This record gives sequence, C-alpha cells and structure tokens, in this order.
Amino acid sequence: MFLINCPYCGERDQSEFSCGGEAHIVRPKQPTELSDDQWAEYLFMRKNIKGVQFERWNHAHGCRKWFNMVRDTSNDKIHAVYKMGEKPPVE
Amino acid sequence: MTKYRVNKTKHVDQTKTVSFDFDGKSYHGFEGDTLASALLSNGVHLVGRSFKYHRPRGIMSCGSEEPNAICQINEDTNLTEPNVRATEIELYEGLKASSQNCWPSVNFDIGGINNFISPFIPAGFYYKTFMWPKSFWKKIYEPLIRWSAGLGKSPTKPDPELYDHKHVHCDVLIIGGGISGIIASKIAAKKNLKTILIEDKNILGGSTIFQKNENYKINDKYSGEWIDEEIAELKKLDNLTIKTRTSLAAYHSYNYLLAKENISDHLPLDKRNGGIRQRLWKIRADKVIVATGAIERPLVFNNNDRPGIMLSNSVKKYLDFYGVSCGFNNVIFTNNDSAYETAVSLKEKGISVEIIDIRTKSNSKIVKNAEQLGVKIYWNSTVVNTFGLRKINSVEIMNLSEDGSNIVGDKNRINCDCLAISGGWTPMVHMHTQSGGKLDFREIDQTFIPNEIDKNHINVGSCNGDFELEEIINNTNKKVKNFLKVSETEFDNISVLNSKELDKRNIWLLPNFISESKCKSFIDFQNDSTAKDIKLALREGFKSIEHVKRYTTTGMATDQGKLSNMHALGIIADTAGVKMGTLGTTTFRPPFTPLTFGAIVGRSVDNFFDIIRKTSIHEWHIQNKAKFENVGQWKRPWYYPINDEGLHDAVQRESKAARDSVGILDASTLGKIDIQGTDASEFLNRVYTNAWSKLGIGKCRYGLMLNEDGMVYDDGVTTRLGENHYLMTTTTGGAANVLSKLEDYLQTEWPELDVYLTSVTDHYSTASICGPNSRKILKKIFPDKDFSDDAFPHMSYQNCKIDEINCRIMRISFTGELSYEINIESKYGKSLWEKCIEAGKEFKITPYGTETMHLLRAEKGFIIVGQDTDGTMTPIDLQMDWIVSKKKYDFIGKRSLYRSDTIRDDRKQLVGLITDDPNEILEEGAQIVSDMSKKPIEMIGHVTSSYFSPNLNKSIALAVVKSGKKMNGQKLIVPMENKNINVTVSDSVFLDKENKRINA
Ligand SMILES: [Zn+2]
Repeated sequence: MFLINCPYCGERDQSEFSCGGEAHIVRPKQPTELSDDQWAEYLFMRKNIKGVQFERWNHAHGCRKWFNMVRDTSNDKIHAVYKMGEKPPVE
Repeated sequence: MTKYRVNKTKHVDQTKTVSFDFDGKSYHGFEGDTLASALLSNGVHLVGRSFKYHRPRGIMSCGSEEPNAICQINEDTNLTEPNVRATEIELYEGLKASSQNCWPSVNFDIGGINNFISPFIPAGFYYKTFMWPKSFWKKIYEPLIRWSAGLGKSPTKPDPELYDHKHVHCDVLIIGGGISGIIASKIAAKKNLKTILIEDKNILGGSTIFQKNENYKINDKYSGEWIDEEIAELKKLDNLTIKTRTSLAAYHSYNYLLAKENISDHLPLDKRNGGIRQRLWKIRADKVIVATGAIERPLVFNNNDRPGIMLSNSVKKYLDFYGVSCGFNNVIFTNNDSAYETAVSLKEKGISVEIIDIRTKSNSKIVKNAEQLGVKIYWNSTVVNTFGLRKINSVEIMNLSEDGSNIVGDKNRINCDCLAISGGWTPMVHMHTQSGGKLDFREIDQTFIPNEIDKNHINVGSCNGDFELEEIINNTNKKVKNFLKVSETEFDNISVLNSKELDKRNIWLLPNFISESKCKSFIDFQNDSTAKDIKLALREGFKSIEHVKRYTTTGMATDQGKLSNMHALGIIADTAGVKMGTLGTTTFRPPFTPLTFGAIVGRSVDNFFDIIRKTSIHEWHIQNKAKFENVGQWKRPWYYPINDEGLHDAVQRESKAARDSVGILDASTLGKIDIQGTDASEFLNRVYTNAWSKLGIGKCRYGLMLNEDGMVYDDGVTTRLGENHYLMTTTTGGAANVLSKLEDYLQTEWPELDVYLTSVTDHYSTASICGPNSRKILKKIFPDKDFSDDAFPHMSYQNCKIDEINCRIMRISFTGELSYEINIESKYGKSLWEKCIEAGKEFKITPYGTETMHLLRAEKGFIIVGQDTDGTMTPIDLQMDWIVSKKKYDFIGKRSLYRSDTIRDDRKQLVGLITDDPNEILEEGAQIVSDMSKKPIEMIGHVTSSYFSPNLNKSIALAVVKSGKKMNGQKLIVPMENKNINVTVSDSVFLDKENKRINA
C-alpha cells in the first residue's frame, strides 16, 4: 500500500488513487491517416516493464486530477510525481 | 494439582481453576494456561491425526509454529472456529475444543489405514492420481481423499460477533515484545517518538521472562528478573502504546502494516457481552523495528513425529513458564547448545533427563553446567528410531561417522516419555521479506538473515540472527541508536553474562541404517511430507524450491512451513549438491498467521457491506410495495406488484398501461453530467459518434459513446441548455466511469479545451411520464404551458415552474411513446412525484419499474448498453450506422471502426428474433445455432434480451448473431436442455416502426 504524493494534494494513501497505465503515449492527432498497424501500436501496445516505469495515475477519490509517476515496478519505489504536460525528470 | 504440574510460577495462578472440555472429556487447568499447557498438565499429548497418513500427533511447540495441535473450538455453535492452535489459545472457563481430522476419535482412527498404504501416497500423489484409470479414482481414491481432506469445519451460521478496524499513525512501530523489542521501545519512547509496541502473547518478555539461570545474567540479575523491571518501567512511559494479544498479519510496502488484536477471544463465552471480538489495526509507521524472534528447528530422523516429541525450548517454557513437565523421563536430542538450558532446568527440578548430541563436544559454560549436574550426554550420536504408539516410550540411538553422513556401531535403546529436539534456530524473517526485504545466507549456522537496504525498517534480536544474550542486547542497542539517531542510552554500559556458543553441527537429514525409502522422516508435520517425498520430487525433475514445495505440499499447510521450509531447502541442497544459499527461499506471504474473515471485513457487513443509494422518491416506492433491483449501488424499483402478482403478471400489466394510457418511472438514477465551457460543443463532438455543433439551444439529442477501440461504451440523451452549457445523461451503472473517462481526455489529451464537468446525478430527481395520456397530465401540472407539438416538439426541453420551484422538462422517449421527463431539485422529488400520481389518477397512471422499462424499449428495439452490448459491439454491429458521423474528422473510437477486425461482415450483429411459437419466451443468454447436423455444433450467437410483449401479444427477443444483418427471415434454432426452439430472424424494431406514437 503506497503513499502517493499527489502533486495537487500532497501525500495520500494509495486507496485514493487509480492507475491508468503507461504514461506519455500521446493520442495521434490524425488517427484517420494511420495504418492499421500504426493505430494498433497506439491502441494496444504497452511496455509493462519490470523496473523503472512511467505511469499515469488519477487521484480518483481526491482532487480527481491525473498526473504522472515514475515508479520502479520491482520494488514499488516511487522516484517522482509530476503534473500532466510537465517534462518527465531525466533519469 | 495434577502430577505433571511440578512447578509454581507467577504466570499461572494455581489458585484459580479453569475447567474445559477436550474431545468430550472434562479437564482442569489454571488461569494463565494455554489449552496446550493445560492438556500437557493432564498428561495429554495426543491431540490429532496427521493430514495424509492419519498418524497420531502430539503437541510439539508453544507458539504460532505449532503444526499438530490444531483444534476446532466451540463446535456446533455459531461461534465455532477451526484451525485454532492449542498453543496460542488462552484457556477460559467452559472452553470446548476438539481434535480435527480424526474420525471417529484420536485414539481409534480409521484413516490410520493410510499409514499402511503409504507407499502408494508419494509426493505429487494428488496430481498423479488424476491420471490413473477412472475406476480407481471413483472407488478408491476419491473416498480416501474425502476422508483425509479438510482441516476442521467452518461455521454454518452467521457470525454473531462484532469486528472493528482502526487506522493509526506512529513514528515507530515495534513488532514483538521480547527482550530486543523492549529495549527498542524504551529507546524510541524516551526519544519522545510516538511509539507502538505490539506483542501477540498476553504478556511482554518473550522467552527471557522465564529465564532463571546462573549462566545468563544482566547487570548481575537473572535475565528474567531484569526484564521484569524493564517492563515495569516501560509501562510508565507516556508516548508508548503497548498492544498485547496483537499479532502482525501483514507488512506491506511504505510501512503499511496490518495487525490483529484479540479483544475477547480469551474470555469465557458468557463474559463477552456482545463487545468487539477482534480489531484489525491498520498502521502507517514512519519507522518499523522488527523484533519477532526465532523459531526452534526440529531435527529430521526416522519416526520423528510421535506424540511426546517436542521442541526443546517449548519443553523448557512449559516447565518454567507454565510449571508443567512434559515428561518425567526426558531425552533431549540436539545439535547445539541451546537445548542444554532445557536440560539444566529439568535437572534442577529433579526431573530425569539425558542428552543425545550430534556433535563430538562443546566447551560452553551451559554444557559444563549440565555435566556438573550429572546429566548423561551421548556425544556424536543420532536417533535412528522411536517407539510408542500413542506416545513415545523409547528411542534407539547410534553413533555417527566422522563426516556425519552415516551411522556406525551398535544400536542403543533408551526409554523416555518425552523427546525434546533442537536443530538450532531459524530467525523469523517473514516480516522482513513481506516488506520486500532480501535475505543473506549465513553459512556458520545455516540461517537466512535479513539483508537491510530499506531505510525505514530494521530487524533486531534473534530475527536478525543474533542468538546470544550479549549479542542481542548490544546489537539491538547499537542498531536502534543508529536508526533513531540517539547518541546514548541506558543500555550502553550493561554487563551481560553469556554462556552459549553459536557452534553447531548441522545435518539436515540424519543418517539411518534403515533404507531411505522405508524411513518416515517428517519435514512438514501438518501436511505429512517426508524427506523421501522431497528426494522423489528432485528425481522426477523438479528443481525450483517453489515447484518442489507445491509438488510435495511441503510448507503449504496452515502453519505456512514455519518448521519445515529450512529442512526442505537443506535436503534439496544436499541432494542436488548445491550450496544452500544459492537456492533462494520460498516467498513468505501475508497473513503470517491465519486471520478470521470477521477481522478482514470489520464492520463492512449487512447494510455496511456496500453503499446503498436511494432516490428521493424511495419512500414512496416502499409504501407502494415496489420490489427493488440493484443497479450498481442504486436501489431501483423493479416492479410494483398488486396483491399477489408475480414479476411476469405485474410487468405485463405495467407495460400495457404505459402504452394504453400512461405510466410513470423514477429515472433519477440516470447519470447526469453538467458540461460547461466555450468548447463544450467541440468536446461533445469528440466524445460522441454523432455531430453536436448544430444542435439548437433547448434541443436534445441521443448520443453514443465509444471506447478508443471502437466498442460501444455508453449512451444517453444530452440537452443543450445554453450556448456553452449542456446536460449529459448516462446509463445508471456507467455514470462514474463515463465522468472519469471524460475527465481523463480533458486533462490529458485535450487540455486546451475550455470545458468543465460536474456530476449532478444526485442533484436532480427525475419523473418520466410516458404514454398517450402523458401530455394531459403535464397540462394539469403546468396549466400555463403550451405542450403542443409545435410549441414543445419531441427532443426538446423547457424550463418550467411548479409553484415557485424551477424544473426542467425534457420531451424525450426511451419507450417509443409520447413521453416527458421532469427534472427537479432532489429535495422536491417526492412531492413532484406525488403531484404526478395525483394528477394522473383519472388516467389510471401506473408506476412501472426497470423490468417494464426494459420490455417497452425492447419492443422498440432500443439497446441497453451492458445488456445487448458486452464491450465487443461496434455501432455498426448494432445496426446503428445512422448515428456514426461520416463527416466528422475524429471522435473517440472512430479510427477503430475500420480496422481489419471491425469491418468483417461476419461479426456478431444485433437482430430481432421471433419464436415460431408466440408463447415461447427465450432465455436471455441462450446460445443460437443454425445447423444441428454438423458436429461440433457451431454457436453463432446468443439471446441478449427476451420478453413476452403484451402490446404485440407475442414473444420477442433481441440477439447478436454472426452475419445477422443478412439473415432477415432466416430460421435458426435455440437449443435448450430439453428441446430445441425454432426462431426466425427479424428486424429488431418490433413495434411502431414508423415512430407514430411519439407524436401521438
Ligand atoms: Zn489530489
């Protein structure tokens, strides 16, 4: 059960949050111009890394804001949280 | 006093007799006893039968590691509890306990026959058996397994007791109230940190509390006396909370821990007074100090499981803590110094004891002490066999070869009534590993010890691999000082007298003259796995410890292998010829000891199980005898039976009334999202499949929302309230998910849009009035309003007032009838509803529930998302091409509508089904086939909605069928258990295809 530092609210219990999968996958601006393969790449393909991963999280039972998190999936260490639109911290 | 109660101690009050029942027989113990110590004081060792072979088993330990003394307590009451360890339960007046897994009795056990056919029950028996001939399975093995299987009975009646959860935050949490936990607590509390100490026993002090030996002294006091004084001081500290009878269940990441406190389990049933039985503590600690101690290891030799064979330190605790001697003719079998403490303690009380030691010598003071007291020691010896049916009566010993791999010389038989065994100590690293910590292997005494990297917890005392008194005190002091940044403590200059040495001779499986295949050398006592099983698993190719564990079931019983894991690993390492440290260990998972379901769920039972949402009109529904249906968390009226009407009759009546005159539905539960902002229209364009920019103010439009994969996600009517203001409705069950999905897109993909979303579901109540007479009712309620088609057309909305109260009326229809939805602030919902009922009396207005609503919309072929769709249906599959904009450049899911998979024309598509027999109602979910002759029969679809339509006077159904679009008029079959139902594919709109009724 993590403690997550919501960039808007501060440290809160994990039960207030939900995870939205891999971060920094931008929805294509012109989907109609993509091939089936390119669209499938956006739609279905996720890395699911063992190790440091960039993730989207939502403070669902709090401020309802989405933000990004850098988490090591092998030991659940959270290295950073940052707001949507902000650059990920350089590793 | 019984003859086995040989000693008076301050922990058991021998003036207070407690009577209890075990296996139907009455006994006496004293206040302070556990069930186990009370049984032993009555000379009862045999307490159960083993799981697989039904061998007689006795009490082996005095703690949570106990594999044998597992009881069912208070059987045949709704308070009954299985799998209770007799070594942990405190004795109380009237306690009724019974052995598990031994029918008809412990003394005569028919299942013991397994013992004689045991050559046929090798490792992996349960897996292999399934591959044997069917006839063997049914006649022989199934009955046999049924006999053997199952540890205890679960209660059959609801649990009458109360359970509680409590959240707590602290600076320092200390797990374990033994000597190192006490030292750590004192340092933490004196540093002014908010400290919690939890201990699973009812008193603090661990195994130090009953130490009274010249060889172990702290500041010139017996260590037991010293710790008494420490505890007394500890209890005076303000910022320390001490929780006894509280066991740690789980240690999660970020120092989040669960602990279970037993509040009334130790009280007689009539003194519990309906209070809280157990409380689950949810602890978030800044720092955690683990001081959980160590468990003594058994030794693995032939027939090492007879009643009367016990762990050596447990024998000592029964003697020095409970005053009970487990035998009068004791033999100790050891590979290390610690068992000599037991010998000295027995001898000092004049009880006979001899020692068999695997080692060739030891120079420690405690061994010398035992020798001086005249204890006979057989050096370099091992037990090769034990005897005695219901209790041990003798052992056979032989000398060991120089390398310990074999036996030499002659057999020597020694009589005994108790065999105390000690294979050294295993640090309880469970908590450390549960928190994600790794382990290091220490070669000298073959133990896994914590490898600490995490900055927020440390391990102290014997769970850290410190077994000597001096080491425990000094290392604990040093580590805690460092951890809590304390410069000096009262434990800095303490004098400790120490007497043991770490040295031991470790032989995981002791050699024997009997061939290995005939030896019964138990490793896991509760699951009956032997050394032979482990070796067989290795021969059969299992290499990973996790696989061997599952194949042999070693370590998989309720004790989670507390006594067995190390030996299993050791034997695997020896057999495979690898270093033990390289094998890794199995994963320790929570809970450390079993938790009751009551403690897990706490107060979340009955009405508190889940949130119950009720509309403001709920009370009216109850008064009018509605039957309710759960839709998400909402309670919705399902139907309103009159007199003794059933579901079918009520729904037929309600459906007819709604089409013939007028019906009224509580639609308050539909999700409502208020959308505002200058980009609101653009936003709707992007989230719905159809176009929104040109929707006039005051108009309503039906919208379909997809997932990015092109599958239908939700639907509903959205109304344009103003230039930049919309009110979206969603399905009742989908409301929360739709809102968070829309928020997700707004915040992450389209942050440039000026749009604000607010959930207003609970703000408004909605009365939906439908049927040819609905307009007349509206006119009565709003006499000033013009409800003509010109002034108030279908798919439009108007603001109105009832008295001074604002409301919004939408003329929209989910039934195909002329229909109005009146939305009003929730607090006025019930009075609005009653007004409608009153106004509708002359038209026999009929309240209807969700079932009628479903039937009415099915007559019109309107889908219900989640009933006619299942996350694999595109709008094209639903034959709703008309709602998918061809002009819009993009919307959520658009690109997916022409992926190679979604454009297949043999996808399942929505169709209508008409049964050849108009009175035959199909079952929802039934499979549909076209050809019964070709085997295997291909299932081409299934029924999604099915009703008897009172308005068409025939059965109708919606279904999804492969290539259904092209099948209109085709005959299909719905095979059921007893018959095949013939159906014909039809259009999915059954009633009023021309939409005349909406403007009737
Ligand atoms: Zn927040």
